[in-house]
Amino acid sequence: MAVTSTKKRGKLEGAAMYPLDWLEERSGLVGGIKYFLFRKVPGDTSWWHTLGSATLTAFLVQLVTGVILAMYYKPDVNSAHESVQHITHDVWGGWLVRGMHRWGASVFIILLFMHMGRVFLFGAYKYPRELNWIVGVLILATALFEGLTGYLLPFDQTAYWATVVAININGTAPFVGPYLATILRGGAEIGPDTLARFYSIHMLLVPGALIGLIGLHLYLVVRLGVTSPPWSKDAADRPPDPEPSAPPRSGLVQPAPRAAGVRRRPSE
Amino acid sequence: MEERPGDDRPQLPPPSLWPVGFAVGVVCLLVGLVVSWWVAAAGAALALIFGFLWVRDVVSGRERATGPSSDEPATDGAPAIPEHEAERFPRSKFLEGATLGLGALIGALVTLPVVAAALVPGFVKQKSKPVNLGPLANFKEGQYYVATFERNQKEGYISRMSAFIRNNGSTNGKPSFTCISNRCVHLGCPVQAGGPVFDKESKTVKSGSGEVDLTPALPAAGFICPCHGGAYDQEGNRIAGPPVRALNRFEFAIVEDHLVLGDMYSVAKVDGSGASAKIHKYDLAGPGQHVDGPEQLLYPLQPPH
Repeated sequence: MAVTSTKKRGKLEGAAMYPLDWLEERSGLVGGIKYFLFRKVPGDTSWWHTLGSATLTAFLVQLVTGVILAMYYKPDVNSAHESVQHITHDVWGGWLVRGMHRWGASVFIILLFMHMGRVFLFGAYKYPRELNWIVGVLILATALFEGLTGYLLPFDQTAYWATVVAININGTAPFVGPYLATILRGGAEIGPDTLARFYSIHMLLVPGALIGLIGLHLYLVVRLGVTSPPWSKDAADRPPDPEPSAPPRSGLVQPAPRAAGVRRRPSE
Repeated sequence: MEERPGDDRPQLPPPSLWPVGFAVGVVCLLVGLVVSWWVAAAGAALALIFGFLWVRDVVSGRERATGPSSDEPATDGAPAIPEHEAERFPRSKFLEGATLGLGALIGALVTLPVVAAALVPGFVKQKSKPVNLGPLANFKEGQYYVATFERNQKEGYISRMSAFIRNNGSTNGKPSFTCISNRCVHLGCPVQAGGPVFDKESKTVKSGSGEVDLTPALPAAGFICPCHGGAYDQEGNRIAGPPVRALNRFEFAIVEDHLVLGDMYSVAKVDGSGASAKIHKYDLAGPGQHVDGPEQLLYPLQPPH
């Protein structure tokens, strides 16, 4: 009885693993994801370390809700405001998706600053992670530009005059300011082109840049590892990390015991 | 192939300033395409002259290196560099350079027009047409009117803006109008008349430029901006708040007894008032930009308006 059930189980496992093995053999993706998920982190990471992934989640929410809003939004001066009203009042669930995008934008920016504060106060920007701080600052600037361009899109009085003021603030920059303002407006005055231009920048140009920058940011996080908090006793008297010598771990959800003593189990 | 003396050592061109001049010329040409044809022509001339000098130097330098009259020590036959460095430009290097160079060329050919299509349209065809505000009889002497009109009829409603118009009467048979733009010169918000606006007496005039709304107003306290508190007197002079100069004004003309608004211009300040006002007039600059004083040096070149 026991023998047959083990046999069955093995067969089932084989059937379940077959597509994954197929994928792994041809792409190495499974191994890569395993490496990403089961990489070493200090044993005393805390809730503060989750701010980065929270920010990423907020960004993904903006991506998804933005795509859906783009299905109903019309970037034309005569119908932009109406189409936003249409989304809010007529489209099924539109109020929710627009609300998520509108408030989620603030959440994204607030989380960006909180994540930045965490990294600063933990000293996590120091060698060898300076480059990742720089990339993070670029992400912040790009995200703020998303906020600027997105603010015009509802095309009500607030949106219009706030954008007038924002563009004119850019215009007061010495030497390049007047040109910067003209480039942003797409002309000498705010007109039909300005709205379409902001829409294109908001939903194509800047999100693309953000995705690239976030990819680089994550690559550097994985490559350089996570820092211990400044109060870490572990980090204070931890010997330097040994060279990685253990073979790749097996199992998708049950990582094998770690090679270096980052998190020791009592049984070891 | 006959081996020429001097081929076995690198021929470095002598230091020269011509390429720098050439580059300056090209930059002038490109900037001139945006700003004015005169700058473009000057840039083209500079680029041509320096390009010619550069080419001449390069050619004459090569002739000197290969010519029989060369008195450089390399011509005595002994290689100036060791044997193992002799092959300095092998085929792989050439292919690498050709791949990168061609790739860069193709990339530039694709990228430059696309980027230009994003940037250039904002700088060309920006001249706005005159706006007809209707018959002069609608403007009572000494009375301010808020005139709301479409600056650009093709763009329609989005281009609606307002001006404060006052008929100053005529001196020596020459009519005088004060035509102040309502765009605050702090950051571009719409300034409001500091006093009653008589909406009930508003009338809509159908002129050659679509519909124009004329509303009498009594801006006793001048003009006030709701955004950041900039305040101006009745002539548009700044009296308080963050603005850096006086309100912009419109050129005006009387065409067949109609008041026609032309281009906007910037004003540093206005001395006096009404028909006898002395207006310190400058080319149109964006809000927040100084047109006089040392700060004007921060905004030396304006894109076309």
